[in-house]
Amino acid sequence: MSRFVERHPAWALIVVIAIAVALWLIFAVWPQGLEDAVGRKRVFLNALFNGITLGGLYFLVASGFTLIFGLMRNVNLAHGSLYLFGGYVGYAISAATGSWVLSFVVAFILTALVGVLLQVIVFRRMEGQDLRQTMVTIGLSIVFADLMLWACGGDFYQVQTPNWLIGPVELPLVTAVKSSGEPVYLRYPLVRLVIFAASVVIGVAMWLALNRTRIGMIIRAGVDDRDMLAATGVRIQLVFVVVFALGAGLAGVAGVVGGTFQSLSPGEDIRFLLASLVVVIVGGMGSIPGAALGALIIGLAEQLGSVYIPTYAIVVTFLIMVLVLAIRPQGLLARR
Amino acid sequence: MSLAHDARVTVRPTAAVQRSRLRGWPEIDNPAAWAVAAILLIMPLIANGFFLIEIFATTLILGLMALSLMFLAGYGGMVSLMQLTIAGFSAYMVAVFGVSGNANISLGWPWWLAVPMALALATIFGTLGGALAVRTEGIYTIMITLAIGAAFYYFTNQNWAIFNGHTGINTVATPNFWGVNWRADIPFYYIVLAVAALCYFAVDYISRAPFGLALQGVRDNPRRMAALGFNVNAHRVAAYAFASFVAALAGVLQVWNYRQISPGSVSVGACIDILIIAVVGGITRPVGPFIGALIFVLLRTFALDFLVKLGLDGNRFRLLIGLGFLAIVFWSSDGVIGLWQSWRRRQRSGAGSSSGRRDRESGQRSSQGSRHG
Repeated sequence: MSRFVERHPAWALIVVIAIAVALWLIFAVWPQGLEDAVGRKRVFLNALFNGITLGGLYFLVASGFTLIFGLMRNVNLAHGSLYLFGGYVGYAISAATGSWVLSFVVAFILTALVGVLLQVIVFRRMEGQDLRQTMVTIGLSIVFADLMLWACGGDFYQVQTPNWLIGPVELPLVTAVKSSGEPVYLRYPLVRLVIFAASVVIGVAMWLALNRTRIGMIIRAGVDDRDMLAATGVRIQLVFVVVFALGAGLAGVAGVVGGTFQSLSPGEDIRFLLASLVVVIVGGMGSIPGAALGALIIGLAEQLGSVYIPTYAIVVTFLIMVLVLAIRPQGLLARR
Repeated sequence: MSLAHDARVTVRPTAAVQRSRLRGWPEIDNPAAWAVAAILLIMPLIANGFFLIEIFATTLILGLMALSLMFLAGYGGMVSLMQLTIAGFSAYMVAVFGVSGNANISLGWPWWLAVPMALALATIFGTLGGALAVRTEGIYTIMITLAIGAAFYYFTNQNWAIFNGHTGINTVATPNFWGVNWRADIPFYYIVLAVAALCYFAVDYISRAPFGLALQGVRDNPRRMAALGFNVNAHRVAAYAFASFVAALAGVLQVWNYRQISPGSVSVGACIDILIIAVVGGITRPVGPFIGALIFVLLRTFALDFLVKLGLDGNRFRLLIGLGFLAIVFWSSDGVIGLWQSWRRRQRSGAGSSSGRRDRESGQRSSQGSRHG
């Protein structure tokens, strides 16, 4: 951190000012002039929170994608299909048993199993042939999409939110002050906050597992130099299977999350595949912190964009990607 | 890695010896090629309107888009998923600058002004996208071009000022001059055939011209080419520019064919269809994309009836496409052409003729090319 400040004092100053402005926008009561120019503070705060929670969902999808890519150089374009599959499984379980938590567990296990099967049956046969693997994942995504359309139809599904999570919660953030001088606080859906907290917990757990455990050390070594790791006697195929299962399982969990606070339908698979592509391109391929930063940026850009420049929201996302590619082609937090 | 490169260097002298023969017209001594050309020319005598337009003209248009992808992937080693997006952009531009049913959007230019404008803009669009994509290498190209294609799809869906949102632009006017309605079945078929033939021979010519050879060098070993003084990225961007032009031509023909353009025609699934067409046909020769397109169009048109006749659900057409694509990717590195060549080789095994050796070499080259991505 201090090295960054020493190297780029101008950038550091800009970042500090930006953070200060953002904090002021969040915590201060907006003066009348600003509300006239930009709109109500409640709208801004809602968009901000939607963006952050959407970023949490994007992180769940993209982290599995980037993990698989980082270790196996496998651009898994069927990742969106795994997301949708997890969502459908979660919907079926929660509709059958009524247990929201159980749907996460089952979705994780089943999508992880699909991931294991894919790795063992398909990708192990064509190791090192990046392009062919990618083609195969494209073919698989088409087949999966059609199978799921066959099984579930074209309807919209929404995973039932459990009773104890329904309803808004009052946050200690002032949106406006009534004429009587009484402050109005922001009310926000509890389930979104819980899901965001869960994705933060999962992210931190992944970071800890990667940086503080032995298996994490092996995975990081594999990301850096796969051949050398295999030469030291690590059973690399086993590591591949574990990582693929974890990445696929995360996509499945993300599917249940997405099914809870958005909806599931054919086409969502491509939407989330695109989101994770953009997130890892922005954040840096193969980097978990990069996926977190990229997800936050893209989620915020999408939500703030859809509130303040509705027609061009998708263009903002795209421009961010172009900008990152122009300045840092390897992504914001990638090492190479 | 380096071993493979050295092996390829020892192969090169034979290629140089054959060069004089390679310089000649493509397939001029091949009776099958003459037969196909003759059949294509007299097609209006054989086929009626439905087959002529829905099957053969559509095949040629899709084949053109896949040809632009084949040029990038086969000779440049860059698998771009945005070729359909470029074609769609060009189609939109024809509709926006030309005459259409949406008078509030279309500027109403005559076709001979609107089409060059659309071609120029689409080529610029594709070149800029390519300049973005060449900043990264290999497998990343797929991701970036897919992201560009998807962004364009969502943008056309949301933008009402230029692209008219998800309804798109309808009743696009088609050219009508010299007393001929060029969208009538037979004239339109000949336009499509002429453009396809031109592009086919252009790609074939470029692959043997100095630029094409340098591009293939860039594909096989960018570092060595850079050391030899070639500007690697400039070659790649130039390849994107040429491929974009081919795709833009296809886009103009497509909008004339359907007379309308909507976000559905530039969806992500359609982008991937172009990749499927090119890969199924084979991405080492310019004829591959057209074969792939013919298979794809036939499947798309008749799979429903065929599946129903077998007593299966007719809506599982995409499943069939996906499984077929998977099978091709699994068993052949060079699509249907590769399967055909390996079958021919097995027929003539042991003969050791010079053309057999050439086939084997090209097959080897293609498998290496696809492995390097």
